[in-house]
Amino acid sequence: MKIKMPRWFYQLASPRWFYEFTGALLPWFSAAAILLLVIGTVWGLVFAPADYQQGNSFRIIYIHVPSSILAQSCYMMMAVAGAVGLVWKMKIAHVVAGACAPIGASIAIMSLATGAIWGKPTWGAWWVWDARLTAMLVLLFLYIGVIALNSAFENKASADKATAILSLVGLVNIPIIKYSVEWWNTLHQPATFTVTEKPAMPPEMWVPLLVMALGFYCFFAVVLMSRARTEVLEREKRSDWVKRVIQSY
Amino acid sequence: MKFFLAALKRDLLLVFRHRNDIINPLAFFLMVAVLFPLGVSPNPVFLAEVAPGVIWVAALLACLLSVDGIFRTDYDDGSLEQMLVSSESLLLLVLAKVLSHWLISGFCLAIISPLVAMMFFLPEQGYTALILSLLLGTPTLSLMGAIGAGLTVGLRKGGVLISLLVLPLYIPVLIFGAGTVHAGAMGLPIQGYLALLGAILVLSLMLAPFAIAAALKISVRS
Repeated sequence: MKIKMPRWFYQLASPRWFYEFTGALLPWFSAAAILLLVIGTVWGLVFAPADYQQGNSFRIIYIHVPSSILAQSCYMMMAVAGAVGLVWKMKIAHVVAGACAPIGASIAIMSLATGAIWGKPTWGAWWVWDARLTAMLVLLFLYIGVIALNSAFENKASADKATAILSLVGLVNIPIIKYSVEWWNTLHQPATFTVTEKPAMPPEMWVPLLVMALGFYCFFAVVLMSRARTEVLEREKRSDWVKRVIQSY
Repeated sequence: MKFFLAALKRDLLLVFRHRNDIINPLAFFLMVAVLFPLGVSPNPVFLAEVAPGVIWVAALLACLLSVDGIFRTDYDDGSLEQMLVSSESLLLLVLAKVLSHWLISGFCLAIISPLVAMMFFLPEQGYTALILSLLLGTPTLSLMGAIGAGLTVGLRKGGVLISLLVLPLYIPVLIFGAGTVHAGAMGLPIQGYLALLGAILVLSLMLAPFAIAAALKISVRS
């Protein structure tokens, strides 16, 4: 069976087209990220009502929850991009997957750090051996493994493929790890956002959270595109169009 | 099937010619376990409490230590390359190698584990759970470890890297394996835990050979 993919999909495979396309998108995403993050931060940290139980300390939710969601989606994106790279032999997909790993690791660290800061006033400890915290820590370990493997190869093409395989293996394992640690210990409150249910918080609280989550995604897109563009220039440094790009600066 | 048996026989023969390859993981397993009473406390009540976790962690580390060499000698002398270009199924070859690794690591660990359990004052009703959980859990460790070994076999500094890649993937097996022994030691039913360990084993038996084969192709070509 032959599957025909849309035209843009094949165009994405061209490094030059990718560079120009993301160059056109970048200002829009940057503007959206700044706007959403500023609105969300001010709204969440200043105007949203305080929690009746946790007081003002709950406000870190506006950083913690978006970064936790993003850390997980980033891994998904990395694995899917790696799979696309393996199946269609698309270099750009590997570039994107490689750019995801350090971003995802930093965001996972941010999620753990904000979680610790939130845990201290709420649970009385910086760290507890709880399922969701441990799962996030394991996710960080998976990111570290991917980064370590990627940098261990001298040959770029092998590094790309090996990393893609490892992130796919990790992707299969993430749900198993998640459910096994959940079985093992649970103290954390359940997920704030689920697609299927209405949020338990009042709208004044969750709307700024949604704004922040969208802002985080836009920020992620900006960082991802910037990293991928730099990597494309680096990899294609011998081609004429890159030389022209460099000269035009 | 004939090919599978031939590959298995070759690997086992190679191991028996270097008997240290069998003894080293077992000695490592014993030594790691001995460190805990020395480092923490020789109190029998405490030891019985931590025994399931300590034995499982020691077994996991022993598997990890030996899995690094699963493709190493064949890669170094070039026979792995010959196996990859041969017309025989790479998946069967990989399965044979993993099975031979399990026979010299996980299987032997399961057999000597009651010795450590006795030194840790594990209640006797937990022994069956310990052996069964190791028999069902360690094959998964070999399969997952072989993915890491396949990815790193072409690299000079494989040792630390493989632990970074593989240890996070071992966590579910550790949780359910140690859980089995805990439940068994308290006289609770262990079938649920064993079923979960078995399910993880079946899943990794289905998927891991493809990942290992792909990893080997990348490593040999680079």
